[in-house]
Amino acid sequence: MEHKNVNEWYVAKFKSFEDKLNGQSKSFLHEIRKNALNSLAELSFPTNRNEEWKCTNVAPILKHNFIPAMISTVPKFQQDEIKPFLFKDFDYHLMVFVNGLFAEELSEIGNLPKGVVVDGLNRIIKNNPDSISKYINNLSKIDNAFNALNTAYSYDGLVVIVPDGTILEKPIQVLYLNSSKDDLVLSLPRNLIIAGKNSQVSVITNYRGYGDKTYFSNIITEIYIGENAIVNFYKIQNENDGSYHIEKVQAIQKKNSVFNHYNINFGGAIVRNDINTLHDDQNIETHYYGLYLAHGKQHVDNHTFIDHAKPNCMSNELYKGILDDNSRGVFNGKIIVRRDAQKTNAYQQNKTILLSKTATIDTKPQLEIFADDVKCSHGATVGHLDDTSEFYIRSRGVPQELAKSMLIRAFANDVIDTVKIEPLKEQINHMIFEHLHRVEIENEQ
Amino acid sequence: MLSIKNLHANVDGKEILKGINLEIKTGEVHAIMGPNGSGKSTLANVLTGNKNYEVTNGNVLFEEKDLFDMDPETRAREGMFLAFQYPIEIPGISNATFLKTALNEIRKYNKLPELTPTEFLDRIKDKAKVLGLDDTLISRAVNVGFSGGEKKRNEIFQMLILEPKFVLLDETDSGLDIDALRIVSNGVNIYRNPNNAFLVVTHYQRLLNYIQPDFVHVLYKGKIIKSGGKELALELEEKGYDWIKTEEFETENAWPESE
Ligand SMILES: Nc1ncnc2c1ncn2[C@@H]1O[C@H](COP(=O)(O)OP(=O)(O)OP(=O)(O)O)[C@@H](O)[C@H]1O
Ligand SMILES: [Mg+2]
Repeated sequence: MEHKNVNEWYVAKFKSFEDKLNGQSKSFLHEIRKNALNSLAELSFPTNRNEEWKCTNVAPILKHNFIPAMISTVPKFQQDEIKPFLFKDFDYHLMVFVNGLFAEELSEIGNLPKGVVVDGLNRIIKNNPDSISKYINNLSKIDNAFNALNTAYSYDGLVVIVPDGTILEKPIQVLYLNSSKDDLVLSLPRNLIIAGKNSQVSVITNYRGYGDKTYFSNIITEIYIGENAIVNFYKIQNENDGSYHIEKVQAIQKKNSVFNHYNINFGGAIVRNDINTLHDDQNIETHYYGLYLAHGKQHVDNHTFIDHAKPNCMSNELYKGILDDNSRGVFNGKIIVRRDAQKTNAYQQNKTILLSKTATIDTKPQLEIFADDVKCSHGATVGHLDDTSEFYIRSRGVPQELAKSMLIRAFANDVIDTVKIEPLKEQINHMIFEHLHRVEIENEQ
Repeated sequence: MLSIKNLHANVDGKEILKGINLEIKTGEVHAIMGPNGSGKSTLANVLTGNKNYEVTNGNVLFEEKDLFDMDPETRAREGMFLAFQYPIEIPGISNATFLKTALNEIRKYNKLPELTPTEFLDRIKDKAKVLGLDDTLISRAVNVGFSGGEKKRNEIFQMLILEPKFVLLDETDSGLDIDALRIVSNGVNIYRNPNNAFLVVTHYQRLLNYIQPDFVHVLYKGKIIKSGGKELALELEEKGYDWIKTEEFETENAWPESE
């Protein structure tokens, strides 16, 4: 019953959203929105009875009446206020979104190779809607009310188009900053990445909260990876304890392409990622690397899926987690090897360290194999920090907290080590360090 | 330097050390020998503060300070070092990071400035040479993929870098071939000086040919049952432990209340 009210709340708000669109309500995107609004009215938000949401209770999200960012006031930021949130010491094209809305004045896109588009969705819809009409909302199917909510209110987000044969040398850094004075803001980025044949691009998405106000990010990211293209997609999510964060990534890969997805979560009240990739042709490589750190009462849920639909492809997945206090982790790694997908190589590993007696992890590999000539393996381990190693390090003069943090960073290292941008790797390492030492300080109180 | 009085310790609720008394003065080298399971490693672990070993009685002064008031890292910063019988592998932490962190913590404690990266590197290269260790070892993870002998050499390497005052060697010679034994002993002898002291645990007299002890003690069933000069090691090598065990047995019979 409560859930029904939530749907009504968001359906009712749509009118004021629509009023703010001035003129744009004639675009093809608006048709998509209206269909999604119908779904939103009908679909329920997932509950624990839903198999895919068994371990994640979203009721705390639903009890708030969030205001979609478009119809709320958007805070203004100065360049130097956002600086501390950026990854630095390397060259990048910068896109900044505040509450999911493109902040042109804070972005520094710089020079792009010919034909490359790096822009906000709303600007594309105004200026060149045809460039994306075939793509947007084509990969992602609405399968729950969260997806419907994002799609019904889809307005802004990152759009990257890399034409055939083009290599974007510098990565695109995308800062999603969420903040508000009064409202409980709902940020709804709608991201679209189209990598043409023989193209290469790296995107670093960086989700941060400003202040400690409760907000909710509900994101959809669609990624098209053309023949022989290479896409590196990084997500670093580091938000406050009052933030809710849900993202669905839907990727499709063509022949000979490579997709590297990095997913680093530093926790929030509830974090849920769905990362889905479809292999649409042969000789495809997919790598999923994940690291989740949580403490307090944080909840981090990663659901990954690789659909091996074609032969001769490989996927490799490594997810590691470090959970402290009363935090809870969920890992569900689904791999389907379809009947045609002979000579598939699929590897999956999930390892979690529990730093307290009350932290928990639910880990579940889900392999469904319908082809006979395949190599697949999976493994899940849950453990504690090794006492003997800790003693060894301490016996060399290193204090206990630092010894622990060294061991934890060592544990995380084989995930972090796969990050290809050296300064980014260092800064992620530093974030882990800061995160762990905050944990220590809290423990001492 | 180190004064052990009536030390009793339990492991898993079982008494392993049953009243150890030992005085080690600055500049001295003491050797401890004794059959398997007599408590040699237990003593080393108790002295370095491994929390799996519970001290039930007695006290230890390290440079006039109560050792049991200090946690393992403080003991290390005060200058205690154990070369482990079974060095620990730590995947994901390089020797460089490990040693730099340790050295800086020790220096900070002793109010010394951190070494500059060049100073640190020079020290590393210097000491690696002494132990015939490859320079590339420094960027590898601590003890991971090291052979048994390499692990033991790495312990002595760490000792040379960290410059402790009191060094415990727990069977550092086990598993070393004669060349490696010479190299390791040489590392120890280079470091040995009138301001430090060593407690060397070994089963073999041959190590004591290279590292000449001032005193040799026999540990048996958690007690030091015999002490002597370096000639005691030769005698043990020749006759084994049985002849002392017999003496011990007789001693126990004579004073049954001591048990
Ligand atoms: N961590 C432990 N847990 C349980 N028992 C232990 C542990 N460490 C030592 N012991 C027991 O304590 C006794 C003494 O062991 P210790 O390792 O001190 O002997 P040692 O003299 O070093 O022998 P060795 O020559 O084989 O190295 C043995 O009976 C051993 O089984
Ligand atoms: Mg031993």
